[in-house]
Formats: sequence, structure tokens, C-alpha cells
Amino acid sequence: MILKTRTSADLPWSEVTPEPIYRSRREFLRTGVAGITGAAVAALAACGTAEVAEAQTTLASTPNPKYVATAADTLNTFEQITTYNNFYEFGSEKGDPAKYAGKLTVKPWSVKVDGMVSKPGTYGVEDLVDFKALEERVYRHRCVEAWSMVIPWIGVPLASVLNKVGPMPSATFVEFTTLERPSEMPGQRTNILQWPYVEGLRMDEAMHPLAFMVIGLYGKVLPNQNGAPLRIHVPWKYGFKSGKSIVRIRFTSRQPLNTWQIAAPNEYGFYANVNPNVPHPRWSQAHERRLPNFFSNTPTQMFNGYGDQVASLYTGMDLKKNF
Amino acid sequence: MRRLSVIVNAALASRAFYPVVWLACLTPALLLGWRVYEAFTGADPSALGVNPTETLLHMTGRDALSLLLLTLTITPIRRLTGWNRLQSIRRTLGVWSFAYALMHVTCYVVFDQLGDIAGIWDDVANRPFITMGMLAFSILLVLAGTSTNASIRWLGRRWQRLHRLVYVAAAAAVVHFVWGQKADIREPLEWAAYLAVLFAIRIGLAVRKRRRAVQAAVTP
Repeated sequence: MILKTRTSADLPWSEVTPEPIYRSRREFLRTGVAGITGAAVAALAACGTAEVAEAQTTLASTPNPKYVATAADTLNTFEQITTYNNFYEFGSEKGDPAKYAGKLTVKPWSVKVDGMVSKPGTYGVEDLVDFKALEERVYRHRCVEAWSMVIPWIGVPLASVLNKVGPMPSATFVEFTTLERPSEMPGQRTNILQWPYVEGLRMDEAMHPLAFMVIGLYGKVLPNQNGAPLRIHVPWKYGFKSGKSIVRIRFTSRQPLNTWQIAAPNEYGFYANVNPNVPHPRWSQAHERRLPNFFSNTPTQMFNGYGDQVASLYTGMDLKKNF
Repeated sequence: MRRLSVIVNAALASRAFYPVVWLACLTPALLLGWRVYEAFTGADPSALGVNPTETLLHMTGRDALSLLLLTLTITPIRRLTGWNRLQSIRRTLGVWSFAYALMHVTCYVVFDQLGDIAGIWDDVANRPFITMGMLAFSILLVLAGTSTNASIRWLGRRWQRLHRLVYVAAAAAVVHFVWGQKADIREPLEWAAYLAVLFAIRIGLAVRKRRRAVQAAVTP
């Protein structure tokens, strides 16, 4: 465990100028020097809006006392959570999302709801998420690559979102589709994965009180690299099950084919429950690296430690077969 | 070209040549060691990024592979250009490649497996990605172990045959790299392409040599 004491030279994250604003200031300087008054005024205007947006990034929520940081689960820093991401839409390196996601337009945003649902249609984020009910939950996040973090998410139970649109009783699965916009997502200009990214849950998994619809973290609006403006977090499953930047929610009676299962069916299944007894074909899942620790010395827990709440969902299922 | 050759040969003959090569091989290890020190002591906890072990594994693995392929590049360059003094650094590069491979394996054994022999054996026996890496490392271990002048004298002609295994090690290392990726295999495929070029040059040179030998035999 590495302990960090704050020195006077360390800026709190809230005082760091976000890259887009930094860039727009540079742009303003450049165009200003060039003496093109019109462009300078436009850049100044853009700069102003960006700063207003920055002021709005704090997000009020009520901490949920059931899910808080503990001595065993100390929070990762905002910087760690927002600079080390698997979000292949922006590139396959862990630093790519932080580098490229700043250009993603997340306003306006709409989510298409269709399939076996009584109120299909196109919804805005505010239509789906009750901002007055926002809670903060500290969840363990276990990646299939055998590392993990502890993250204070802000959001609402996924069930509350799905209930707003009225799934039909015939719907046994729900599918989540991530935005496909190659102009703003450089990773999508390659075919390292099949786009758009699709994930899915069984209906009873999605309605489970632990399944969370996330719109923020660390008291702020969700940074783009973490899946803004709307992402899922299913804490008892490997990270890839939690779709980011969601633009479509489809209710169906057939098990969705998720993107990683299409890419490598022998390595990634539909269920992807965290399970120390089922190794990945290329590494054991018995231990994990709790970042930023060097050592892979944290024993991985069944269902990522949420077994008391979710194990009953899988009674009678062979989890080695349904990995 | 002749002018260039004069310059290159002068540089290769210079007394500074060997120390410069040695220092160039050592520098990445020193820089990485400094970052490990900063991260471990907390002087700069993010010196190796959010996932320090992943950073160490990736960097040492890349260094080992690039030095290995550089080692295999020496002979083709020498044969194509006649810069014969290059040959003197081939062994140095090869041994340094092993040194980085050793750091790579040490990081895996210490940080990933916590020295657990059963866990390592489970990986080697059941995970082809690890099996390939260990095959490459085992070959490099044997080759580095038999790289001394005494070994060369002792093994005689068998030495050269044994050390042709370096091609198996390079191929295994590249396959290890490809199999280690989740989906994006573009980078390891670039290394594979480079290795294929080296193989093609070797085969081309061997064919030319044989043809000349045949010609010499039939020409009265």
C-alpha cells in the first residue's frame, strides 16, 4: 500500500483546468494574435460556455450508508479513476480515453428505448434519471484483466430507470448499446472490436437493487472517459459488462450477444460474474491487483464480494459453463 | 554510399563504440529502476502509472523483444553492407535482451505470482500465452548461459547449431505478445512482420550462398 500525503505543491483536482478549456484558451490566444476579431470573439464566447459548464460539473447526491469506503476498500483517487480506462471506442491503451474523450459531445444526448416495452421512444438523460434521488455508492470495480479499483459512483438504481419505461412481462433480457460516432471516437475508426459496443443483462439481474445507472463520480458529473453521460455499473460482474455512453436500451426475450463474446467466445461469456474459480484462458482469476498496488495479492471474491446479495440469482446454474 | 561506409567503419572502429552500445542497452533499465524507486518510496506514487506492474511488464517485454530482433538484424546488415565490425556487438545485444527478459519474468514471478511456484506452474501448463513466453525465456536463458568464450570453445560446431534456437525464441516471443492481447493485435503484428523480413533475408542469403557454391562446383 502506497500512502500519499498531500504537499502544498499538490493541486486538488478541482483546481486543475480541464483540457478542453485549456485548449480553447490556447485557441483564443492563437486566433487573437492572428488579429481575426470575429474568430477571437467566437473563441471567447466558446471559452465562456466551457467555464459555465465547468461550474456545473458538481453533482449533489446522498451517500448510501450501505455502500461506503472501508479499511479494506479504500477509495481510488479521482485521477486514477479517470486516467486508467478501458474504453476501446477511444483506443485500446489505458490512457487513450483520457486523451481523446474530451472531444465527445454529450449534450444533447438521447436514448432510444425499444423492444418489449410499454413506453418505447426517445428519452433524454433527465427523463430516465430522477436527479432528486441521486445517491452515492462506493462499489468495487473488478476488471476481467485481474485488476480492481474502488469507486464512488453517483446514480440511481438501474431498476428505477427501467421501471420508468415499463418493460413487458415477456422481456427476459435487456440490451444496452454504446454510442457509435467514429468522428469523435477514434477507436471506432479501427475494427479492433465490432461497433457499436453491445452489452446485456438478464432482466432479473438488471432489476436487482445493486445494478446501478451511473451519471457521476466523486461528486462530479461523469467524465467522458468514464462513459458520460450515462453508464451502467454492475458490481458483481467483470467491468466489460457495464456499458458506457448508452444510447439505446432494448428489451428482448432472447439473450443478447455481447461484443466481447463475439470477439472471443472462449474467453468472455454472457454472464461474466466475477469468479475466482473460473480462470480466464490466459490468466488465473484467483487474485487481483488492487490498483495502484504492485502486487496481485488481493484474493478475488466470488461475485466480487456481493454474493450475499446476488448468489440467489444463479441457483442451480453451472457457473463454469455459464462463465 | 562508399563515403557513408567509411564514416560507419570509422565509427565502428572507434574506441567509444562498444561503451556507447553498452550504455544504450543499460539506460532503459536505469530509467525504469528510477521510476520503480520513486513509485515504491512514494516520492512520486504515479511514476509508473496507475497499474505499475502492467507498466513494468510491458516496458521490459518490449525492451527484451526489440533487443532480440536487433540482435538478429546484425548479421543481415553486416552481410549486406560489409560493416564487419558490427559483429562484435551481436553477443552483447543478445545478452542484454536476456537481461530484460529476466526483468520481465521477475516482475511476473514477484508481483503477479508472489513467488508461488504452484501458481506459476498452473500458468505455464494451462495458458498457452504463458507457455510461449516461458519457452522464449528458457531458450534465452540457455543461450545466455552458453555465450561465454569458454562455452563457444567447448561446444565447437554444436555451439552454432544450439544458438540457431534464437530464431525459435524470437518467434515464441512474438506469439506470446500476440496471444497476450485482448483484441488489438496491431502492434505485435508489426513485430511479427519485422521478424518475417529477417527470416526472408536469411533465407535469401542462404539460397544465394548455395547457388554460388553450386556454380563454383560446375564451373571448370
